[in-house]
Amino acid sequence: MINITPLIPELFLLVMAIVVLMLDLFSSRRTVVVPAYVSMAAVIITGFLVFKFGGDAVRWGSNAIFVADSFSQFFKVIILGAAFLAIGSSFGTADRMTHHRGEFFALLLFSTVGMMFLVSAKELILLYVGLELTTIPLFVLVAYQKTNRASSEAGLKYLIIGAASSAILLYGLSLLYGYTGTTYLNEIAQKTAVYFLSHGFIPNAEGTTDLVGMGPAFSVALMMIIAGLTFKLAIVPFHMWAPDVYEGAPTPITAFLSVGSKAAGLAAIIRIFDGMLYAFSHDTMPNDSWGTMMAVLAAVTMVAGNIIAIRQTNIKRMLAYSSIAQAGYILIGVIAASKLGVASCGFYMFAYMFANMGAFAIVGLYAEKTGKKNISDFAGLSKTSPIIAALMTMFMLSLAGIPPLAGFMAKYYIFAAAIEAGYTWLVILALLMSVVSLYYYANVVRIMYMVDSDNKHHIIPSFPAGLVLALTGIGVLLFGILPQSILDMAYKTASSFIF
Amino acid sequence: MDIGLYHYLSLAAFLFAIGLYGILTRRNAIAILMSLELMFNAVNINLVAFNRFSGSDGLSGQIFALFVIAIAAAEATVGLAIVILIYRNWRSIDADRVNLLKW
Repeated sequence: MINITPLIPELFLLVMAIVVLMLDLFSSRRTVVVPAYVSMAAVIITGFLVFKFGGDAVRWGSNAIFVADSFSQFFKVIILGAAFLAIGSSFGTADRMTHHRGEFFALLLFSTVGMMFLVSAKELILLYVGLELTTIPLFVLVAYQKTNRASSEAGLKYLIIGAASSAILLYGLSLLYGYTGTTYLNEIAQKTAVYFLSHGFIPNAEGTTDLVGMGPAFSVALMMIIAGLTFKLAIVPFHMWAPDVYEGAPTPITAFLSVGSKAAGLAAIIRIFDGMLYAFSHDTMPNDSWGTMMAVLAAVTMVAGNIIAIRQTNIKRMLAYSSIAQAGYILIGVIAASKLGVASCGFYMFAYMFANMGAFAIVGLYAEKTGKKNISDFAGLSKTSPIIAALMTMFMLSLAGIPPLAGFMAKYYIFAAAIEAGYTWLVILALLMSVVSLYYYANVVRIMYMVDSDNKHHIIPSFPAGLVLALTGIGVLLFGILPQSILDMAYKTASSFIF
Repeated sequence: MDIGLYHYLSLAAFLFAIGLYGILTRRNAIAILMSLELMFNAVNINLVAFNRFSGSDGLSGQIFALFVIAIAAAEATVGLAIVILIYRNWRSIDADRVNLLKW
């Protein structure tokens, strides 16, 4: 009998997603409030369940399929936080829809369940199913504004590129399976480690020769897996979908995509790269070639993301390129492949969640009120809505990494981990690029405070949107000044890996 | 001539490459979806062939292939729905004409 208690949080959220779907079907008054608040409550309860039923694993024989370790708990908190904030900021968006409001929230919850599975998966089939459960609802959500041309175009682009990237990932997984004869990550790690040490290649289960001699295939498999996952993270050169999709999608979905989807993809990359490759890469692979490859990806991502972001006029597009650049910084923590590296990745994602969700919430509010989405339209916001402008300033500065905000501590720990691992050149480049990023982040602040306009729009957030802004604002400040508690938690997550 | 693992793997690799080529060159959205299907089916051939020839008596490769088929069907459903949406909004499913968002 398989023990399924570690699955309870996911199962609960899955049931609640179906309940939300049913609510929409059977409620006579088509109001946005009921499904939205039910979803928010479900997310909070799931958060508690994650801690209550953590620490154990679902096993098949001696192999873990699904682990609820501290690493997955930490990332689940980030994912659930992103889902909560996305639901909170989508009241306005959902309100303007003529129909299918409940489904909007149900799909968001389904996608969240997929992310939670992805974070916990220790088996290739579950990893793949989790990934698809994450992305398929997101295809629909991106194209949700049915009469909006940009939204449907973004949906098509996300669909094609998302499906192509998962096909590439899947091809890599199939090679990995063929190579090792197993779909369990821990067995794969063992086999690769043992055989790389002794043979330099991997024979099949019986030691016969039909699979021998496929040495390069193993590298191809891992490259395809990394390519597939970096698509989800929007790492250059697999980032071209991100700006278009971020611009066209409904703003709360953009925010959810940029945080939740990224956190889940990051967790999967850490599991494969730090959890599995580390088993042999540091001892046997010549000169740590995977680390070098990922370091180059991180460097190119930071440079391209930050430089292209400068030229953007649309604020959602600017934030899209900024989030590409942020993914580059996060990748540095993965490359460091140490306890501090994993901890700093987790903390960075946590800090990034508050700042990015907050920034997108304000962008969404502003667009709802005025219908304007350009950076220059924010002129004079400090006069009409001083609190919103102050919050936006905080989020921008946190993303840029200015003390005493959370983004600064996050960058600090990432850089510390990289220096510890010997990637000094990468840290110098990242510091330079942070200075570049300050230009476009501060530009938003300059326009809000220094540029005059006849803007008379007074932005008053509704209660849920106000709650989102308050939570993100407090988060950005609090975890910048007192990062220790979260950092300790993040540090504990690294115990899931052998370093 | 015996048909061995390498024949299946070569077939899968060719199918995958054709699919990828189709995605990159086709302009009709339906044709792009069909190319995606080719890529997924290449993976299925890989999985089943590996399962058959790996010598282990496990079935995980075949089970994996079943999951892939089911999910590819779900993906195709959502894909066709989005293509219909594109047609309603743009009166065309030519991917080159759907170009509101750029740079």
